[in-house]
Amino acid sequence: MYQYFYELLGSEILATLITAAVPLVNVLLAALIGVYLERKVSAHMQDRLGPMRTGWHGIFQTVADFIKMLQKEDAVSTEVDKKLYNLAPVLVFTGSFAAYAVIPFSSKVIGTEAEVGIFYLLAISSLVVAGILMAGWSSNNKYSLLGAMRSASQIISYEIPTAIVVLSMVMYTGTLSLDKMSQMQTAYFWNWNILGGAEFGFAKFLLIPFMIVGFIIIYISTLAEVNRTPFDIPEAESELVAGYFTEYCGMKWAMFMLSEYGNMFAVSGLVTILFFGGYQSPLGYFGDAIGVHWMIPFEQVFWFIAKGWFFVFVQMWLRWTLPRLRVDQLMSLCWKYLIPYAFVNLIIIGIITLL
Amino acid sequence: MALKTETMVLNMGPQHPSTHGVLRLELELEGELIKKVIPHIGYLHRCFEKHAEAMQYNQVIPYTDRMDYLASMYNNFGYVIAVEKLMGIEVPERVQYIRLIMGELQRIASHLVALGTYGLDIGAFTPFLYLFRDREKILSLFEMTCGARLLYNYMWVGGLSHDIHPDFQRLTKEFINYFKPTIVELDSLLSYNKIFIERTANIGILPVDTAINYGVTGPMLRGSGIKFDLRRNDPYSIYNRFDFDIPVGKGLVGTVGDCWDRYYVRVREMEESLKILEQAIDNIPEGDVQSAIPKRIKPPKGTVYSRVETPRGELGYFIISDGSTNPFRVKVRAPSFVNLEVLGELCKGHLVADVIAILGSVDIVLGEVDR
Amino acid sequence: MKQYLKNTWDGIWTVLIGMKITFKHLFTPAVTIQYPDVKVPLPERVRNRLYVNIDDCIGCDQCSRACPVSCIEIETTKAIPGEDLGTTSNGKKKALWVTKFNIDIAKCCYCQLCVFPCPTECIYMTDVYEFAEYERENLVYKFSALTETEAVEKKANFEKFQAEKEAQKAAAAAKPKEEQKPVN
Ligand code: SF4
Ligand code: SF4
Repeated sequence: MYQYFYELLGSEILATLITAAVPLVNVLLAALIGVYLERKVSAHMQDRLGPMRTGWHGIFQTVADFIKMLQKEDAVSTEVDKKLYNLAPVLVFTGSFAAYAVIPFSSKVIGTEAEVGIFYLLAISSLVVAGILMAGWSSNNKYSLLGAMRSASQIISYEIPTAIVVLSMVMYTGTLSLDKMSQMQTAYFWNWNILGGAEFGFAKFLLIPFMIVGFIIIYISTLAEVNRTPFDIPEAESELVAGYFTEYCGMKWAMFMLSEYGNMFAVSGLVTILFFGGYQSPLGYFGDAIGVHWMIPFEQVFWFIAKGWFFVFVQMWLRWTLPRLRVDQLMSLCWKYLIPYAFVNLIIIGIITLL
Repeated sequence: MALKTETMVLNMGPQHPSTHGVLRLELELEGELIKKVIPHIGYLHRCFEKHAEAMQYNQVIPYTDRMDYLASMYNNFGYVIAVEKLMGIEVPERVQYIRLIMGELQRIASHLVALGTYGLDIGAFTPFLYLFRDREKILSLFEMTCGARLLYNYMWVGGLSHDIHPDFQRLTKEFINYFKPTIVELDSLLSYNKIFIERTANIGILPVDTAINYGVTGPMLRGSGIKFDLRRNDPYSIYNRFDFDIPVGKGLVGTVGDCWDRYYVRVREMEESLKILEQAIDNIPEGDVQSAIPKRIKPPKGTVYSRVETPRGELGYFIISDGSTNPFRVKVRAPSFVNLEVLGELCKGHLVADVIAILGSVDIVLGEVDR
Repeated sequence: MKQYLKNTWDGIWTVLIGMKITFKHLFTPAVTIQYPDVKVPLPERVRNRLYVNIDDCIGCDQCSRACPVSCIEIETTKAIPGEDLGTTSNGKKKALWVTKFNIDIAKCCYCQLCVFPCPTECIYMTDVYEFAEYERENLVYKFSALTETEAVEKKANFEKFQAEKEAQKAAAAAKPKEEQKPVN
């Protein structure tokens, strides 16, 4: 994309800025829509109406909230560690914003076509941990501290099963680039990785159950990484009030929220790319059929967003169905269940791939 | 050199999302492990007992409403039974039936709140709203009958403030039919959910002898496996005419007397209440609900203790009368207050998250604890 | 090992059951309403703001005595002969000017105890429940039909009447003495 804008505008600075702005817009949009969707989904699951007054069915509710947040006074308690306290939300937000740089919305819309995209994604999302720890520590609040500690241990633990599943997929596809991975699962749903990938043969059918297991594992562990119920113990409102961001208000609080919802879409995107063909259409391209090739990227954006939001929806669906785990059960789920399963899965996929 | 460690004191409440009101818990923590729990109560103290001394007997009733505000009908019930016993009033059959029906509806409504907020404590938000939706239906029945949704002042000494509405029987039957499937739904959505079981089974086990020593009553005692229910063991009103079971904790998914058992006893109790309602609702005899109301409530000198089984346990009223129109002394044995005492015993050695689970399973109402 | 696999299976299965239930609810109509625009009809016995039909009130003070929180304040003045207060709608003769009838609705606990003893059924609960105020004083509802000056006037009237009566009595008491004297 940088190349494209560079050729279009002829200026490196402008091209850089625009390329950088695209993920920012994406993450903000993802957060705005995410919050709205969460409200509506939760409301309807609970036989409620949810926001109804700002615009048609409350469609502008999050926008209104966002404006309210901007106007709020930034109340800072006197006992906080000012520097860390102010830095923490920025860091958390940066983490989720940076993750969007490598997510391919279509074959054309992608921040950077880094060859090691998936590696980068895993690495940059750990930045969030630092932010959360900072927030919890600097707030000088016991609830925040407990929340931060929980969060740090949780995110770090759950990175392991995520990484293992990613590893098995990398083994299978043979690339670290998210864009390439998407391209490999060409435009029909039977070519998706969850259904054994694009190569037709005996191995394809053998792989299907293990792909499904891999998908479930990574879905659960990414759920934990973005602190969603049933793994929302860092911000468990019935225990720790609001966890690590108890002491925050106004825009800083909003930044935590934005990054949470941004992350939700990011990890859904990751799952989509790994298993569900990324931006590829499930049924071939309309543009191909009628010979209008410039339409294809737009279709791809549509499919990617649709798939991504579907997984976000499932995340919400889970949240409004399940109770939350306790902190030690969370750990035992990770270490005793997910990691062994992921390892076995990794080995089996590896063997099948070798054959 | 040994690392210097110290325990952390965490103040939970009075403003905390899940202390069910204004309870303050002082937790001594080691990491997230509980060393000690000290409940501090009194934030909602409204001097009920002292107030009662300055009131006429019937003016006390609105005050009893406000003790256990989730089971106001039952608080009325206990009080009027005590005064009637003191005065030797025989109330008409119709009144007995209506009181019983109201009491059982109230039991369901109160358990719905208890279960819903319990789910909320564990982190399941949705069952809470489903249960509140059903509770609204019961409250509408009450509102139709006496005009209030929460604080009824419905049962009077010797009678009732209003007769039931002509539609009441039909709507109650509709509610019974509507409500049965929702218990099943609750079971599959929450009770048997693996995560919920993990969070509650084997947590906060209350052994039988501890329960008895602390004087614990109600679903908590039954959760520990003792079949003790005043409706059966010391029948008041007309409970001895009805056929119902007393559910006890059996340790289906964990140990007998754990949080899950206490939770599940409440679920089963709602079913039993439905059973009683089904038997009673069609048999309400005709009559005047106000015929036995005394013109002046002026009990003879004497004392009385009478107890009823509220949704939370044994609610007892001890009344001393000096022969005037005001009671000389009203002492309340509040079930939540007694049940809360055992909290420290239950929480030892658990995690912070478990304190919430245990507190929720005790099902306290601060209005009653502090009075 | 068997337990391990069973736990895994249980975990996944019960989650799926839960998800099925919540998904069903996604399509059931909402039970909540948009309150100020839509309102639930209230049943006829509903207990909300008190209302006093002062024309029917005989000033007997029974409601005030029944109230457990003493939020009804009633002051009355006897009518002097010749003042006709009329009758209430159920035919009771009124003999008292109700110079003050204040209900502090902020204190009221909506227990309805004041409603039952009223002999003329003139104090009752209505279905008005939206009466929030910015000032606490505005929640003291004054039902007396008399203005303050009128109330003062009635009071003065009665006092004057009382004084006259006293005087007459005194005079009457004094007279016989005087009359008796000559007899002796
Ligand atoms: S409703 Fe109750 S509290 Fe209110 S004025 Fe009447 S008696 Fe007093
Ligand atoms: S009881 Fe009725 S008539 Fe008597 S003072 Fe009260 S409102 Fe008036």
